[in-house]
Amino acid sequence: MADLITYREAVAEGIAREMRRDQTVVCLGEDIGAAEGVFKTTVGLFKEFGAGRVWDTPISEQAIVGTALGASMTGMRPVAEIMFSDFLACCFDYLANEIPKLRYMTGGQVTTPLVVRTANGGGLGFGAQHSQAVENWVFTIPGLKIAAPSTPADVVGLMASAIRSDDPVVFFEHKGLFASKGEPAPPDHVVPLGEAAVVRPGTDVTLVALAYTVPIALSAADRLAAEGISAEVVDVRCLIPLDARTVLESVGRTSRVVIVEENPYQGGWGGTVASILADEGFELLDAPVRRVAAECVPLPFADALEDIVIPTVDKVVEAVRQPMAY
Amino acid sequence: MTVPAGSTAAATLDDARLLQAYEQMRLIRGVEKAAHDLFLRGLVKGTTHLAAGHEAVAVGASLALRDDDYVFATYRGHHHALARGATAVECLAELMSKATGLNKAKGGSMHLTKADHGMLGSYAIVGSHLPIACGAAWSAKLRGTDQVAVAFFGDGATNIGAFHEALNLAAVWKLPVLFVCENNFYMEYTPIRSVTATDNPAADRAGAHQIPSEIVDGNDVEAVFASVTTAAARARSGDGPTVIEAQTYRHYGHSRTDPATYRPAEEVEEWMKRDPIDIARRRLTDRGASTDDIAGADQRADRVVEEAIAEATAAPDADPADALADVWADGGAAWRT
Repeated sequence: MADLITYREAVAEGIAREMRRDQTVVCLGEDIGAAEGVFKTTVGLFKEFGAGRVWDTPISEQAIVGTALGASMTGMRPVAEIMFSDFLACCFDYLANEIPKLRYMTGGQVTTPLVVRTANGGGLGFGAQHSQAVENWVFTIPGLKIAAPSTPADVVGLMASAIRSDDPVVFFEHKGLFASKGEPAPPDHVVPLGEAAVVRPGTDVTLVALAYTVPIALSAADRLAAEGISAEVVDVRCLIPLDARTVLESVGRTSRVVIVEENPYQGGWGGTVASILADEGFELLDAPVRRVAAECVPLPFADALEDIVIPTVDKVVEAVRQPMAY
Repeated sequence: MTVPAGSTAAATLDDARLLQAYEQMRLIRGVEKAAHDLFLRGLVKGTTHLAAGHEAVAVGASLALRDDDYVFATYRGHHHALARGATAVECLAELMSKATGLNKAKGGSMHLTKADHGMLGSYAIVGSHLPIACGAAWSAKLRGTDQVAVAFFGDGATNIGAFHEALNLAAVWKLPVLFVCENNFYMEYTPIRSVTATDNPAADRAGAHQIPSEIVDGNDVEAVFASVTTAAARARSGDGPTVIEAQTYRHYGHSRTDPATYRPAEEVEEWMKRDPIDIARRRLTDRGASTDDIAGADQRADRVVEEAIAEATAAPDADPADALADVWADGGAAWRT
């Protein structure tokens, strides 16, 4: 068996694979070149591809993402890094008003094949402005695709799809997963955007999870198995396109569902999943849909406080007991 | 305070091209008047930000650029679309919500785009397109072409963060990009000088980023042509960006609902004496153009506008199917399975 690789190594590997196969793929961001990224997710890129394809930028999020957009409209496939996803707010005009709308509002005259990569989520004690899970910010905007992998192999496979996509993709890498290990991706590994994965089969309840909440859901499923409850875990992998069909099919098998999301309950993506279940899956359900999401407060600093706010294995196990008892 | 642009001998337009520029400006003026009139007749909805008075900036710059260069404009951008080769009928059809509009009636007045002519959009978030123009310039540099990108923007954009982020990045990356400020002295209703610490909102800031700058008469099509010619040559030769501040004046208010009563009558009168079309016409006459030459250009421009109004009016309305098309590159809008 091949050696396991870390999630952070997979990020650099995924980018490098695409840079090798396509000369139009270029990277830009803060500290991504010689420094190899603050999260070490661009290790080796500057050395292999040089300053001509890996560009260090000033701390100018609008310039970074705006420049990526202009390059994408004119023949390049830029991969822009926004260091912490919290900083997407600094360039939100580009995410909300420019990137997702250009193709549509020009009547299809331009395409914008770009990727915005960003380190998302909590669990590391970085406080309110460096710990948020903000995938729901992007989820509210028609015109952006969203990937958020949970394993090293999926990082590589989804990175391939994201960079090859002719549509703009926001690629959420989870800070809490960077050190996690998994099987390396096979050569030419591609995971299509918009395909969820059933990562653990089960019969009693479906746990719908994304990124960091996937290992939480899997741990919860282990605990529940010890109680005689068989949980199926669906890793959504992409929020847009959202693979609602896989979720509905899973709920068709289990008849109960708990959605586990790290962004706040208020405006979280699980609300849309719950809405789809209410519209199209009502008769599949034997119990109300449950959501385990972050509390609707800013992220606190101390571990003991952060655990109160974000999803944990305990919270998921507890939440599953309700539909099981319904 | 500003770093001089290091101008060489100023480029000039020969008589034929000056007449061509004049006719183009007359056409733009005619389209803007048509847009105004069609709005009052209820045939253009939403709003318009007319560029009457700004024609020389677009026409002078376009004559100095190559077909494969990139242009980015603002919501006051009809003149740039037309100067880059969008037809009057395409533009008016867009304003009139017609299926044959430049953007299939999905953009409207504020987003005119003619991508296959390098006119890569009109942007309605102030200053947002300056970094985007940097990206097109970066792309040209990466691909090893000598294309340049030009961002046209108003004086009001010079106080927004994206302006400064773009100028700094363009300077440190030596990008082949031109930042052309159309300084008409008013943001929307407020004089730019009253909210800005410097007299020349774009040019005075260029020096902070070590970018050469030039202030030009934006109502003199030849002056704009000369300035853009020099700046484009610098950019193509790898010497990086230039800031050009073209001083000009709006003939209409900021947008459709603005009668511009905040501008002193004497100021308006002075600027109207400096109408860019009149300046070009006088120069043509001074250089020996005949009355017939000028009248011929006037008639051709008027005819194009009249025919465009008729054709756009008769065009089919926006196609309902387009409402749910072209979110994605595959032409569709599917967001889920």
